[in-house]
Amino acid sequence: MEDTLKIEDIIKPENLVYKKTSVLTDVPMHYCYGCSHGVVHKLVAEVIEEMGIQEDTVGVSPVGCAVLAYNYLDIDWMQAAHGRAPAVATGYKRVNPEKYVFTYQGDGDLAAIGTAETMHAVNRGENIVIIFINNAIYGMTGGQMAPTTMLGQQTATSPYGRDIDLNGYPLKITELLAQLPGAAYVTRQSVHTPGNVRKCKKAIRKAFENSAKNIGTSFVEVVSTCNSGWKQTPVEANEWMEENMFPFYPLGDLKDGEREKPDAYLVQKLKK
Amino acid sequence: MGDIRLMKGNEVIAEAAIRCGCDGYYGYPITPQSEIMETLMLRRPWEETGMVVLQAESEVASANMLFGGASAGKKVMTSSSSPGISLMAEGISYIAGAELPALFVNVQRGGPGLGTIQPSQADYFQATKGGGHGDYKLIVLAPSSVQEMNDFVDLGFELAFKYRNPAMILTDGVIGQMMEKVELSEFKPRLTNQQVEETQGNWAATGKKKNRERHILTSLELQSEKQELHNQKLQAKYKQMEEEDVRFELINCDDAEYILVAFGVSARISQKAVEILREKGIKAGLLRPITLYPFPTKQIQKLIPQAKGFLSVEMNAGQMIEDIKLAVNGKLPVEHFGRMGGIIATPAEIVEAVESKLIGG
Repeated sequence: MEDTLKIEDIIKPENLVYKKTSVLTDVPMHYCYGCSHGVVHKLVAEVIEEMGIQEDTVGVSPVGCAVLAYNYLDIDWMQAAHGRAPAVATGYKRVNPEKYVFTYQGDGDLAAIGTAETMHAVNRGENIVIIFINNAIYGMTGGQMAPTTMLGQQTATSPYGRDIDLNGYPLKITELLAQLPGAAYVTRQSVHTPGNVRKCKKAIRKAFENSAKNIGTSFVEVVSTCNSGWKQTPVEANEWMEENMFPFYPLGDLKDGEREKPDAYLVQKLKK
Repeated sequence: MGDIRLMKGNEVIAEAAIRCGCDGYYGYPITPQSEIMETLMLRRPWEETGMVVLQAESEVASANMLFGGASAGKKVMTSSSSPGISLMAEGISYIAGAELPALFVNVQRGGPGLGTIQPSQADYFQATKGGGHGDYKLIVLAPSSVQEMNDFVDLGFELAFKYRNPAMILTDGVIGQMMEKVELSEFKPRLTNQQVEETQGNWAATGKKKNRERHILTSLELQSEKQELHNQKLQAKYKQMEEEDVRFELINCDDAEYILVAFGVSARISQKAVEILREKGIKAGLLRPITLYPFPTKQIQKLIPQAKGFLSVEMNAGQMIEDIKLAVNGKLPVEHFGRMGGIIATPAEIVEAVESKLIGG
């Protein structure tokens, strides 16, 4: 047949259905196959592009697997000491309130060594975005126990499984943060199915939009896989996460609004 | 004449910060320097100049807040006292590694540990040798008067931005708590965002523009060869500091045979000791290092031909004496006199030390 479609006829702007966002660089990511980081990076980059805020956004990378996030998103970056990203973001945002500032942190960074910085930044209602990757393990250092490691979960430093007497309980830091009056938006998402990816992107978008409204801190947890650390295939890791983590870390919004009004906290009229 | 007041050293640090166009102060209370943040909060500079003042949850956080503010190319500072500076050591190391300008004030108290809230100079090593991990240096300024508490805030920022390196005002509980006459600096306006972009836009994280590469403020380099190049660049910067920014004061040194070397409050007391020694017919002089790093090594060496000995007077067990000995390199006796635990030496004790350790010794 003479009217067979030629490749040149297919590759046309009007036929474009998907394109890599220009906010993502062309640097190949160092993350393991099956890791959730790449997807979350892409979502943050897409939100930045769609909101047109590339020139006004500054990221804070953590210590952990995502320390090199600055190689992948084409924005200005600060690289924080372990756990201190919310303090670094606070320091920046306070002297540049017109900028969008986000931190991108793992569970060890945010919920162990950086617990104080996280709690106090959220309690002050800093107008920043915190992206929290919870994969229940320390990935970068080789799979040690994290504050969010599940009971019974085997890691390099809990080789016989996390034990209550020895290690205490997995920390539901997101539930704790949702109690803080400075929080505007606290949500828990995942990126293991196309549907969840879309929901997660909406959550990240809302978080960034919130930070321009000065209504308090927006916090997006992404329950994630670390198949290398968990010593599973990517498919097994997704299944393990659904079976074991989702019941303990249920997906959905924990708070959606804005920071608390001061009325309930006033013991005396504020002096001007 | 400018604005002349009778003020406490700590209060002057706060006032000088506002007047020199500081953009942000992030602090945590600790004795004997709490008046700095208290004064700032009372003054409410955010209404006057737009300067931000924030009480952090810890010294760990406040130092890392400086990392954030400094990354924006803004003039940011904090203050603390010895135990708090130990907690800031992490942030200081990262700030030095990422080559950011920031100002730290240490109103020293005695240690180790919780030690005492009384004055001390026992953080000389910590300040001048780095304090945190890795090969780095702070620019260290040692005021010996309330006037210099005023002057060194602006100077500290100037040097911090000149070298894109953290600077520290290393003072002590005496100078911090002492009231003296001070001529306050003229007001300098804070830089606008446009001015920050013009002056610091070639490195600061001011938001990536289409016409430039992204700015990444990091202290991480995983390739050994590149990390060594970075280390060499830092060392070259420290060398430049040693060549261009050594500051010191010489008192009665023209014909001096016995040279006292002292900084901060110890220099004030040593100056009185020199007077007493001169009255006794002993040719004593005082070299006061103003920059503890870079240290006035060459100036000490210039005094060697005329001198018979050096006495390091410090409120510690003997720290600066090591830098004096490195300068003197065994050519003359170098002795130390110091009180610890928060005890302030008297001029008489210093005179006695010169007589027993240098002249009689």
